[in-house]
Amino acid sequence: MKYLDDFRDAAVLRRQLIELKSLASRRWIIMDVCGGQTHSLLRHGIEAELEDVLELIHGPGCPVCVTPVSAIDDAIALARLPGVIVATFGDMLRVPGSSDSLQTARAAGAEVRTIYSPLDAVELAAREPDRQIVLFAVGFETTAPSTALALLTADKRQIRNVHALVHHVRVEPAMRAIANDPRNRVQGFLAAGHVCTVLGSRDCEPFVRDFQMPVVVTGFEPVDLVAGLTACVRQLEQQQARVENCYERCVRPEGNLTARGWIDSVYEAADVEWRGFGVIPSGGLVLRESWTHRDARRLLPVDRPQPGQVATDCRAAEVLSGQLKPPDCPLFGTVCTPDRPAGAPMVSSEGACSAYFKYRPQAGAAHV
Amino acid sequence: MCLGIPGRITAWIERDPLTAAAEVDFGGLRRVCQMACVPEAETGQYVLVHAGVALAVIDPDAAEQLLQTLRDLGDEAPVP
Amino acid sequence: MSDGPVCPLPLEAGDRITLAHGEGGRLMRRWIEERLLSLLSNDILRDLPDAAHLTCSSSRIALSTDSFVVSPLFFPGGDIGQLAVIGTVNDLAVSGAIPRWLSLALILEEGLPLAILERVLQSIAGAARQCDVQIVTGDTKVVPRGAADQLFINTTGVGELIHPVPPGPRHLQPGDQILVSGPIGRHGIAVLCARESFGFEPPPASDCGPLHAPLMTLLSAGVTPRCVRDATRGGLAAVLHEWAGQADVSFLLNESALPVTADVRVACELLGLDPCHLANEGTFVAAVPEDQVEATLALLRRFPQTANATGVGTVVPRRFSPVEVLRASGRAMPLDEPSGAPLPRIC
Repeated sequence: MKYLDDFRDAAVLRRQLIELKSLASRRWIIMDVCGGQTHSLLRHGIEAELEDVLELIHGPGCPVCVTPVSAIDDAIALARLPGVIVATFGDMLRVPGSSDSLQTARAAGAEVRTIYSPLDAVELAAREPDRQIVLFAVGFETTAPSTALALLTADKRQIRNVHALVHHVRVEPAMRAIANDPRNRVQGFLAAGHVCTVLGSRDCEPFVRDFQMPVVVTGFEPVDLVAGLTACVRQLEQQQARVENCYERCVRPEGNLTARGWIDSVYEAADVEWRGFGVIPSGGLVLRESWTHRDARRLLPVDRPQPGQVATDCRAAEVLSGQLKPPDCPLFGTVCTPDRPAGAPMVSSEGACSAYFKYRPQAGAAHV
Repeated sequence: MCLGIPGRITAWIERDPLTAAAEVDFGGLRRVCQMACVPEAETGQYVLVHAGVALAVIDPDAAEQLLQTLRDLGDEAPVP
Repeated sequence: MSDGPVCPLPLEAGDRITLAHGEGGRLMRRWIEERLLSLLSNDILRDLPDAAHLTCSSSRIALSTDSFVVSPLFFPGGDIGQLAVIGTVNDLAVSGAIPRWLSLALILEEGLPLAILERVLQSIAGAARQCDVQIVTGDTKVVPRGAADQLFINTTGVGELIHPVPPGPRHLQPGDQILVSGPIGRHGIAVLCARESFGFEPPPASDCGPLHAPLMTLLSAGVTPRCVRDATRGGLAAVLHEWAGQADVSFLLNESALPVTADVRVACELLGLDPCHLANEGTFVAAVPEDQVEATLALLRRFPQTANATGVGTVVPRRFSPVEVLRASGRAMPLDEPSGAPLPRIC
């Protein structure tokens, strides 16, 4: 596959790794923000290979992991309404809400379908005019254009029976929350490559200005990841702090203005809850006033019981902000496994806990 | 975020700014993708597709430049 | 006649299975005689005995059973009928037996169109001919609407043990080679795409196909693998994890050696799936002593179903991870055991 295979080339990768190892004079601490990057770094053995040279902390860039319990519960409540079909990405099916997941709710008779694209939910609504379709709209700014387009398309085609349960999150406020935390140890960031495809590399500049740390826009294939790490280390070695774009084939300085336009026409920034973090100011996207006619929450009965706070020993916040390595969590691998997850980072394939469980179950801080 | 896969535009199907669509060939499978974010893309170009929506036209020169820089690494670094 | 609900319509007027068909009376008998027997006819079945009496040429037999509940019933490359025959044939074959006879049990949902049942039966008949097996006994039940998803099938197969059989995973030794008989993940992708309408073109096809001919040729030539399994649910990863659980070894696969067709590759990239975790219905995994690899592959490659057989890895002394894959970075990383149905993801 073009533009994929070349960036997984073993010979190139091995030379890159040698070069990176020779470059680092000390063990720098770098955060990869995006769950897809985490997954790739672990699966392909890059983190393991660089263990002696870099401490990689995996950030909260897993939208599945940070979707709050209340949003999952809302989705389940909607799925249980007669005549409603919840259309969701497969990632969300097994995430635990306060008592159920969409998958267990489906097993008990709720109508939940997996989709590949948000536009599929609109087609579903067109095919099933007697049903109410709810699109579970989660994801970062990478996914927001697609859910926005789904709603715009529904309006244009006058397809009335589709709504969105929105919980989009924004990466930059989360990075700020991490950098502002007095316990932060991260010295440089790999910015989420596909988010930057939409927002542009220039969008990272305010962060660099405010925190004086290198931010390197990085892709997802092994070669891209090591290129990003190398650029970050080079900056750190030279005490530089600037935005650098190592994913130029997909990311422009201004990003994709058309995509940003689609997002802006439907959504606006708002304070939203990140599971395990609490509310992050401007941390998410919500439907604009003019789009509330598509808000799926309007379908929910007003007087339904709100589930209480879920008592859990899951330490997702510490994991997602890089304070705790998953294998060092007392629940890891014993009480909490992918089959019986205590929290979201163990459910999602991009969650740090799940990635460690699959690829590096022994790699706790004690093994540094 | 994540799964973004490159594919080649084989044919434009719909040019309306909102419901723009094109057939994209991923090198083994084809799918009609939503093109409203890349209306300027041309048949034959590669686009990055996430959740059925094309988000960027891939710049072949940038790709080649990165690969060339990395190939040049081989001339200096010892190979195991 | 019972006091319960009675279907007032004769068979000729109905085009769907009804509960009356399950009452064991005239309706079902006529349908069996008119349709089922004509499709599956053989000397044993023709008399519809309570039990089939079979004459075996070997003193030891293999017995295997499997139930088939796939949805959708029809998918590119196969259907539930073919699967029901081929699945059990392959289970017998990988255990070292020559498949000979099958039983066929059908559980039909009330309301199932007879045209669909007919189509499935034709597939069963065709697959039985293809696999050189006879369907010698069977059963039909009808359940109320909603109690089954259109149609469930169980087949139980008997095979003759003539040749030396693969002794099993306890005999695995470091240095043995892991082979697959063809590209992996095709059935899993085919069924997933057929069920979910992702819009991929051309629709990926299943690898559903019989493996008894290449396997019998291997065994009769004296080339006996340590162990063989068809890699159904859970794929290659499930088989290797299972073997690792029974033997004190680990497996090291070579990522660049894993055969994957282009359409499965693309589907997996788009959906975030791993071909090693996906089902196959015409592909087996075998562990073979190193000095037998060349002969094994040469034999297998003569058959269309196993024309692309290839080595994918090695048996190694037991390490922390039961199954590992050598990645582009040069590191061997764990390949986890699949849990539950593969879910497409966006991130």
